[in-house]
Amino acid sequence: MKGLNFHIAKREPMVWYKNMLVRAAAILASLITSAVVIMLLTQKNPLEIYASMLSGAFGSSLRIWSLVQNTAILLCISLAITPAFKMKFWNIGAEGQVLISGLATTCVMMFLGDSLPYPVLVIAMIAASVLAGIVWAVVPAFFKAIWNTNETLFTLMMNYVAIQLVAFFLKYFVKSGSGVLEPMPQYGLPVLFGQSYLLNIIIVAVLTVLSYVYLKKTKHGYEISVVGESENTAKYIGINVRKVVIRTLVVSGALCGIAGLLLVGGTNHTVSTTTVDGRGFTAIMVSWLAKFNPFYMVLTALLIVFLEKGAGQVATDFRLPGAISDIVTGIILFFIIGCEFFLQYEILVSKNGKEND
Amino acid sequence: MADVAAIELKNISKSFGKKIANKNVNLTVNRGEILSILGENGSGKTTLMNMIAGIYFPDEGQILIDGKEVVIHSPKDAFRYGIGMIHQHFKLVDVFSATENIVLGLKEKGRFNHKAAAERVREISSKYGFEIDPMKKIHEMSVSEKQTVEIIKVLYRGADVLILDEPTAVLTPQETQKLFDVLRKMKDDGKSIIIITHKLHEVLSLSDKVAVLRKGEYVGTVETAKTDESELTEMMVGKKISLNIDRSEPKNCEERLVVKGLNCVDREGVKILNNVSFVAHSGEILGIAGIAGSGQRELLEAIAGLQKVNEGEILYNNPKTGSCDNLRDKTPVQIRDLGVRLSFVPEDRLGMGLVGNMDIIDNMMLRSYRKGKSVFLERKAPKDLAEKIIKDLEVVTPDAKTPVRRLSGGNIQKILVGREIAAAPTVFMAAYPVRGLDIGASYLIYNLLNKQKESGVAVIFVGEDLDVLIELCDRIIVIGSGSITGVVDARTTTKEEIGLLMTKTAESQGGEQN
Repeated sequence: MKGLNFHIAKREPMVWYKNMLVRAAAILASLITSAVVIMLLTQKNPLEIYASMLSGAFGSSLRIWSLVQNTAILLCISLAITPAFKMKFWNIGAEGQVLISGLATTCVMMFLGDSLPYPVLVIAMIAASVLAGIVWAVVPAFFKAIWNTNETLFTLMMNYVAIQLVAFFLKYFVKSGSGVLEPMPQYGLPVLFGQSYLLNIIIVAVLTVLSYVYLKKTKHGYEISVVGESENTAKYIGINVRKVVIRTLVVSGALCGIAGLLLVGGTNHTVSTTTVDGRGFTAIMVSWLAKFNPFYMVLTALLIVFLEKGAGQVATDFRLPGAISDIVTGIILFFIIGCEFFLQYEILVSKNGKEND
Repeated sequence: MADVAAIELKNISKSFGKKIANKNVNLTVNRGEILSILGENGSGKTTLMNMIAGIYFPDEGQILIDGKEVVIHSPKDAFRYGIGMIHQHFKLVDVFSATENIVLGLKEKGRFNHKAAAERVREISSKYGFEIDPMKKIHEMSVSEKQTVEIIKVLYRGADVLILDEPTAVLTPQETQKLFDVLRKMKDDGKSIIIITHKLHEVLSLSDKVAVLRKGEYVGTVETAKTDESELTEMMVGKKISLNIDRSEPKNCEERLVVKGLNCVDREGVKILNNVSFVAHSGEILGIAGIAGSGQRELLEAIAGLQKVNEGEILYNNPKTGSCDNLRDKTPVQIRDLGVRLSFVPEDRLGMGLVGNMDIIDNMMLRSYRKGKSVFLERKAPKDLAEKIIKDLEVVTPDAKTPVRRLSGGNIQKILVGREIAAAPTVFMAAYPVRGLDIGASYLIYNLLNKQKESGVAVIFVGEDLDVLIELCDRIIVIGSGSITGVVDARTTTKEEIGLLMTKTAESQGGEQN
């Protein structure tokens, strides 16, 4: 490389269609790279593999419903963590907040299902799950606001507490001793037009719009941005930072509570330690990739659920180890996240004869 | 000796990405000569010097030392050629002694002999007239002592070309004078000295030649004896600028803000404000002078409700209602709710006064977003205000939706000052409002402050440039180590008087500790 100089420079912001073009190129490049990797590792036709991925996600109406439903749940959790993340409160406890809400919902269904009239039962389920989510989020927020404890560790540990509580619950209350709680669809959320997932999807769609408005158009949302960007500025203009931290985590926890409600009351009708299935963490990626914009999150959540579903289908269709589909998912995400670098920076090459020796 | 230049730069260019830092710069400095590099902030002075010191590498051009072309790849290379740079931000190990810091990184044979090294340090000190205790630890030193260590460090390594980056920015007038004496002795000893600065009077009193840079481009070199302030300014700015601040006589002075016996401690319990009392009048600019970090920030923040006060009173005489309110232990919101119209331009513009990632409109909203009972934001009025400020203060920005961090320092400050003035204050506090600003923007800020004063606002101005403080203010209080060491009339005082007051308590307290 004699005589060539590389350096990285921040780019002027580009027009939106150029941005989109770069992203499209990144996805294309990721598909080509994955194809090469698949061919090298499995000697299979990559086009067939992509076809299988598509069929896994969109192959039948059942699969499409499942895709959209899973996207809705992931999106709901992403919406929940976004206000906290925007405030630079690293809430990695969505997993536990959703799970504990699911457990609360399950408890209401199991113990009050027979004794309460259905509408009251639904209200009780909502109240229990939202409250549980709020408690799980506000405890770390409170400690952070008063004693400046580290919220990352605190929320993370709360996840394990939630998981262990569920494990204990299943061990103690499942009489068969199998540790698996039979679903209780009879106490689930209402089913609209015969489509069991439709209510979930509508609720999350409404929440997406509300989240956008809350973050961008309200005074609360503005305060969240200011606290996130600079706590000193927040203090300077008289924002009560403690109050905002706690209030925002109430919102975050409540949304996690709704995710737990939809997951248990609307989908699974039961609870297990793997009910949330890592989505509390995946949601962080969804939120970051979308730059905390709820509408973009619809796309990023869809992308990630699509990759998961597609990869699962590939593993079944071709009897490939699950690792192969994980590799493909990894490559695609790598390119999509990596292209963000090229959107912000450019690499300049300059010739200079003398300076390298 | 002057036949061949000690250092000659030919057509040096350097860019960072698309930003051109230096373009076709030509310079020469001879042995036994002091050269000033003059230019506004961002004109590429430091970048240029960093290329001589081996920190950056030029994209184009040649560096000649004693007439021979050289390649300087690293600070080590630079030392090999006898070039040493004293940076603006010191690079010293706090827990080491002066001597240890000076020899740090040198590969000398045998075991490290602290005493022998200290002896050499003493030799160098006495040769040039430094005052330093070689065994003193860095953390016990004042800023000017630390600077001395940095200079000796370079001399110890045998440098005969010294580059000093804004050396006087942190010094009192007396310390500056001492430094200049030392530099003159070095010059007589045949050393070449390059000093980066933007203070004209220092250039004129110290250097033999002045090289001027403007926006990265080399404007020219002039001999100091044949030039004056206004010519240099014109070279630096590119157009004629009036360097006079119109100071009007204070009118309708009333006691607006009365601070009585203020005491504050920091988190570790160390006293940062010690029994501070003063009065700020309406229609007057009250200057606050002092070495950086003497409690100026805490004082303003205490008034603004951001700093906990342990003792004392902050009384505000409300011109509308005639009532007298104590602002102590009130939050910024409570102060506002009392009807106190207090504007505050803090020292840390992007970290406190503004939010860098937000656009100009949202930054306007910081002050006003609470208005009204609605839960929703109202962006119409802030948008109008943003556009008005952009127009009135000639802010250079693509539009009002540009994040403020993308703007230059001067434009950022215009946004902040503009917003604070728009709040129609009765007390206006500004901490170092022209730091990092070019001459044009600085004078715009001075004029804005003057206008505030003329409209009856009590202006409190914390500054570092004593010349400006003396020209702009009506009265100046001097703060040293958290205590007020004197109040002077700006119209009759001298820099020397203020300089002495600045160090008064600092020195006496330092003596007690040792």
